[in-house]
Amino acid sequence: MRKADIVVDTKGMACPMPIVKAKKALDGLASGQVMEVLSTDKGSVNDFQAWVKQTKNELLEHAEENGVYKFYVKKV
Amino acid sequence: MADKSTIVLFSGDLDKAIAAFIIANGAAAYDHEVTIFFTFWGLNVLRKDKAVKTNKGLLEKAFGWMMPRGAKKLGLSKLNVGGLGPQMIKHVMKKHNALSLPQLIELAKEQGVKLVACTMTMDLLGLKQEELIDDLEYAGVAAYLGDASNGKVNLFI
Repeated sequence: MRKADIVVDTKGMACPMPIVKAKKALDGLASGQVMEVLSTDKGSVNDFQAWVKQTKNELLEHAEENGVYKFYVKKV
Repeated sequence: MADKSTIVLFSGDLDKAIAAFIIANGAAAYDHEVTIFFTFWGLNVLRKDKAVKTNKGLLEKAFGWMMPRGAKKLGLSKLNVGGLGPQMIKHVMKKHNALSLPQLIELAKEQGVKLVACTMTMDLLGLKQEELIDDLEYAGVAAYLGDASNGKVNLFI
């Protein structure tokens, strides 16, 4: 298990809320800190990969367990 | 400098307005400076839901009566069925935890999305500033193009 500095739970939320919530949380982090995002939105794997790349942060890891997607994003 | 995105919302249809605001909120989460430029029927999205007393001619008043008064009154571009369609879609959206159009508008404001009302078409449709919601900017095509010229994503909806 990775350790995250903040956990953003967007389970049950629809597009565009997971990204919006993640953005808000990431804004509050310092460079090098890690955010964990939980989502049940089926589009979220593609969404988070694109978003992390474009905003020039780092997607450390993502996984799916029982329909819940987990993303670890490191703020660069 | 931050990237920019712009959307021209020409349509006053509920489904198209929802799509526009979802993209705008997504772009704001991408750290873009986002502008939505409301023109023609899109201006109806910005109307206050209560009637506002204004000094207008009969023709302008008639336009006001015939057009939807605000985000809660818009019809669907397809399957409107005399207003039944919008009720159905609002129900389904709630079921899927999707934000309603008024919520999407609030979120966009909160995220700093710039909402610009086209003053020329406001005149054509007889809409006055006091009939539109707060926190808008008022401008024309040059201001829009100023934003769009540096835009990464520019959409017309």
